[in-house]
Amino acid sequence: MALLEVNDLKTHFRTDDGIVKAVDGVSFSVEKGQTLGIVGESGSGKSVTCLTIMGLNPKANTISSGEALWKGKDLIRMSSRQLRNIRGDDIAMIFQDPMTSLNPVKSIGAQLIEAVMLHRDVSKKQARARAVELLKAVGIPRAERRIDDYPHQFSGGMRQRVMIAMALINDPDLLIADEPTTALDVTTQAQIINLMIKLQQDFGSAIIIITHDLGVIAEAADDVVVMYAAQVVERAPVTNLFNRPHHPYTWGLLGSLPRLDADVERLTQIQGQPPSLLNPPRGCRFHPRCPYVMEICKTEQPALAPISTDPDHLQRCHLDEETKDREAAKLLQGMVAA
Amino acid sequence: MFRYLIRRMLWACLLFVVITLVTYVIFFIIPANPAKLSCGQRATELCIKSAEKTLGLDKPVYVQYGKFLERLVIHQNLGKSFTTRQSVNKIVGNAAPVTASLVFGGAILWMLIALPVGILSALRPRSLLDRSAMVFVLIGISAHPVWIGLILAYTVGFKLGWTPITGYCDFFNPATDCGGPVQWAYHLILPWITFAVLFAALYVRMIRANVMEASNEDYVRTARAKGAPEHTVIRGHILRNALLPVVTMLGMDIGAALGGAIFTETIFSLPGLGQTALNSIQTFDLSVTQGIVVFATLSIIVFNLIVDLTYAVIDPRIRLN
Repeated sequence: MALLEVNDLKTHFRTDDGIVKAVDGVSFSVEKGQTLGIVGESGSGKSVTCLTIMGLNPKANTISSGEALWKGKDLIRMSSRQLRNIRGDDIAMIFQDPMTSLNPVKSIGAQLIEAVMLHRDVSKKQARARAVELLKAVGIPRAERRIDDYPHQFSGGMRQRVMIAMALINDPDLLIADEPTTALDVTTQAQIINLMIKLQQDFGSAIIIITHDLGVIAEAADDVVVMYAAQVVERAPVTNLFNRPHHPYTWGLLGSLPRLDADVERLTQIQGQPPSLLNPPRGCRFHPRCPYVMEICKTEQPALAPISTDPDHLQRCHLDEETKDREAAKLLQGMVAA
Repeated sequence: MFRYLIRRMLWACLLFVVITLVTYVIFFIIPANPAKLSCGQRATELCIKSAEKTLGLDKPVYVQYGKFLERLVIHQNLGKSFTTRQSVNKIVGNAAPVTASLVFGGAILWMLIALPVGILSALRPRSLLDRSAMVFVLIGISAHPVWIGLILAYTVGFKLGWTPITGYCDFFNPATDCGGPVQWAYHLILPWITFAVLFAALYVRMIRANVMEASNEDYVRTARAKGAPEHTVIRGHILRNALLPVVTMLGMDIGAALGGAIFTETIFSLPGLGQTALNSIQTFDLSVTQGIVVFATLSIIVFNLIVDLTYAVIDPRIRLN
């Protein structure tokens, strides 16, 4: 049994303009100790998917359906009390912006200790010892002293380390990292990703890492889910995806990667804008921006189906496999040649 | 901390000098001749001359102000009333407890209303409570305290006869037979309500906005992601942050109101600073007016200092050095 199995997950928000389908039928699974990367541009539903799994969307105007099976139990239908017991204990989450994700008026020690004591029946002293231990594990120097400092006394990278310490403090089975490096500068990004990879080996947690950085995916993930306009458009083990990407949107993402070894005037870009989720395009949601668009794409939505040579590699595109193989090979060759 | 305090004290002194100087100039130099006023209606040339001498009005302005400051700082003496010849210290000393009773009681009342209403309506936006609260805010801000006071006095005090309409009873050592905590509070019920309505409305609106804003902060989501139950999230993370600005507002409002809640005091004939100030202005009793200004300035300075020191304790981002 997979650790987390998400089936046909839908999250719709009621707004004044109508229903926004932020997540529309997403399925994936995460195995124990594995890392799943979710990529896609802003607004493709990556974060909302994870917030839905955690039950952290605002209740008043959210409609969720489908299932998210955590060790066989559906998180979507759980009472808020049951969900609370899982949050921060079995499943922990770190967020994009470390500058605002910590409470400014509480010392980081108090926030770490709170995380322990919510789930463990331990004394404050024990919780504090655990907090110091974790701060050391994430590489905060002089952890015994810094534990009494407040968030504003830490840099962005250090705050993200504190967030990671807080997430791992109860030894979760799954860590969801929602763009953990987006708000950090490049050198710090690499440090944080390496730290997460190292900690995964030490703690053995599974990780879902949300990002729009394919470099992060290549470095950290075992499996990849590519999301576009609230849906999964491609899903594959990481090597398969990078060896033979099968969706024009994935090609676009790969083509827009800046490269140090290539001397190109401009990066290729995906034409157009992501569609509105209030009223997504009929047929394939990518068709208005797809350079390979056919008549069928405008009317019929392709199903998420495995490719003939690899049952683990799912994709959502009408294009025939021959063309796709050719185009993917061309793209990859171009990248290698460059 | 100590250095901060010293610096703050020096600033407070400077502020105090500036404000007293301005009031001094306004009240003693521009409007009328205090010497003539102090001699009463049948002022003789002789009386005015001698009064000018005793009041020091024959000296240049800066000497007069210097003498005023000297008297105030060294002898803590605000002078004497021109009309009654009573000590201004005593007049302010008698009126201040009345205003303080009104203001502190009113502040407690408005916080008792504003905190629960503001917080609950922020946590349940667009609910019936929230909408009713917003109607109350609109009325509270629009309706003038004089109108509210008169309506209350007429209905609750006069028609229903539940409460007294006017007067004040001392809390301690009553001079008349009306006195003691019970009578004190009984006489202040309507003034408290009248005084509190406007502030309650303003505070409901402010607390609601602050709580709503804090509820959407990332650290609140972090707290939920940790598995914190809702009441912990609200108490430990939302309110702790949302109520910080309320401390500032409360300190400043109380400080300012201690200078005299003129409308409320006038309607309910409370012999507080506001009414005393009003009377002194009407009778050109300038030294009394000046005395009240000095008192009001001091209370604002003191309460601002209290706010700043409180902040150092409750907000770790503020460091007092």
